[in-house]
Amino acid sequence: MIIETTNLTKRFGRVTAVDRVSLQIPRGVRFGLLGPNGSGKTTLVRMLVGLVHATSGSIEVLGEPMPARAAAVLPRVGALVEGPAAWGNLSGRANLRLLDAAGRGRAGRRRIDAALEQVGLGGIDRRPVRAYSLGMRQRLGIAAALLREPALLLLDEPTNGLDPRGIHEMRDLLTSLNEAGTTVVLSSHLLSEVEALCTQVGVMDRGRLALRSDLEALRTPTGRVVVRTPDPAGVVGLLDGQVVERAGDTVVVQGVDPATLNALLVRGGVPVSGLTEERRTLEQVVLELTGSGNDRLERP
Amino acid sequence: MIGTELRLMVRKRRVWLCWTLLCALPTLVAVLLATTRLAPPPGRGGAFLSAVVSNGQIFPAAALALVIPIFLPITVAIVAGDTVAGEAAAGTLRYLLVRPVGRLRLLVAKLVSVAAFVLLAVVFVTVVSYVVGVLAFGFGPDASLGGGGTIPSLSGVSLTPADVVFRTAVTVGYLGLCMLALGAVGIFFSTLTDSPLAATLGVLAFVVASAALQPLDAAAAIEQYLPTAHWLDWIDLFRDPILWTNVRGGALVQLGYVAVFFGAAWANFATKDVTT
Repeated sequence: MIIETTNLTKRFGRVTAVDRVSLQIPRGVRFGLLGPNGSGKTTLVRMLVGLVHATSGSIEVLGEPMPARAAAVLPRVGALVEGPAAWGNLSGRANLRLLDAAGRGRAGRRRIDAALEQVGLGGIDRRPVRAYSLGMRQRLGIAAALLREPALLLLDEPTNGLDPRGIHEMRDLLTSLNEAGTTVVLSSHLLSEVEALCTQVGVMDRGRLALRSDLEALRTPTGRVVVRTPDPAGVVGLLDGQVVERAGDTVVVQGVDPATLNALLVRGGVPVSGLTEERRTLEQVVLELTGSGNDRLERP
Repeated sequence: MIGTELRLMVRKRRVWLCWTLLCALPTLVAVLLATTRLAPPPGRGGAFLSAVVSNGQIFPAAALALVIPIFLPITVAIVAGDTVAGEAAAGTLRYLLVRPVGRLRLLVAKLVSVAAFVLLAVVFVTVVSYVVGVLAFGFGPDASLGGGGTIPSLSGVSLTPADVVFRTAVTVGYLGLCMLALGAVGIFFSTLTDSPLAATLGVLAFVVASAALQPLDAAAAIEQYLPTAHWLDWIDLFRDPILWTNVRGGALVQLGYVAVFFGAAWANFATKDVTT
């Protein structure tokens, strides 16, 4: 296991931000940590890198206890915690140099240039970071995380501020790093991002780990079949009572398996342009598991 | 980390602005004195100011006496208050800590950078005011007569230039220590909050509180432990012979402040949750 927490709990005053979380993340996976705002994702990530101290429970990262062994663990961890941050009066490259020079085991100039290249900032100039767009800051933050070629990448909302092309590039970058052996753990509230990138997911809700699973295992069939046809009325005629939804040229049928349904429609002479088994989306799973985020306050 | 910290400091515009303004105030006073020739009578105005008009070489001491009560503490409050809280507010604190930089190392680097700031501030004021003083008031009456430009001490005995250099160097070190004590207070406040402004104002409140207690007879028992009580003790260095008692006592109190407040900063920061 690259990350292993046992009954990890963090209380800020009366608020329990993380509540008895026991999470195991194996080496080599792409892990997505999901959950609404305020569900404890960021606090969990902060505890993993020793910024926030646990109230109780234990943490092991790369096989060593945190934060006791932070000096040995953190050089092998690249982290982006709650958005990038940089000294605004310095250029991006100067930022990386200073950060690199601040601790032991320097990556060096060549590695800084390579990291900037990796995140698409190879042509960066002397402009101060103050003048960067949100997307550029995000890329710089990821370059900082990549600097020491870490075994574990912990990224909190890594695609924040990136445009669709930037998101696509970042997904490719993280996939290729993962294939080269880096374990990628990202937290996000963007389900599509996690769905497109991750192999395993964990879902946090009000400080608890509500679910921990392979992504594929979550996407079970719902028992409904989606039929696309130029003749929706024909389908309804054949399968009256089993049609649960009808919109335009799409009809959703329940209670028939896809093979039987296909044969039935062909025999009935209904033209079919598409027939797919409906699977649960990550969104459905997460919405079933979690309450609303703590940014929503309703009248009691 | 110390190298990083120093490089970060010299690239901050506000640091250079502080140094510039610290040198500008004595320069302005020199220009006014030189154009009007209206020196305050002995005993009024800043220390040494009455002697300056007759000999520019004493002006560094006068300049230090000008900036020490308010101006220098304000700049120290700004720089020291920003140390940890500024990084926290900008978010760079969390990236330094996961780099990883040990929390004690980070605080030590901050203390060293504050020390470098105050020392350079005092040195700049001294050097600039020496140049300005000599340009505006000359080397004194003796110089024109070939007397080597001796400088009057506060006791009336003339001091040789070498003696003045020695006394000025000790003054620079002593004031640097006084301001470092205030800097340690600032670093402590800076670990308590994520707002650099709050930490800076806290330091200023600390200075004001100390200065308010200082003249009270009721506070006589603690007077010698107040940080501001020793800020003008270096003037004894310009008496002949040098009166070391107050300077030595003051230095010990200031060292005590550095130790206590730096220790408090460490105690608070070592286990602090970094949530910015």
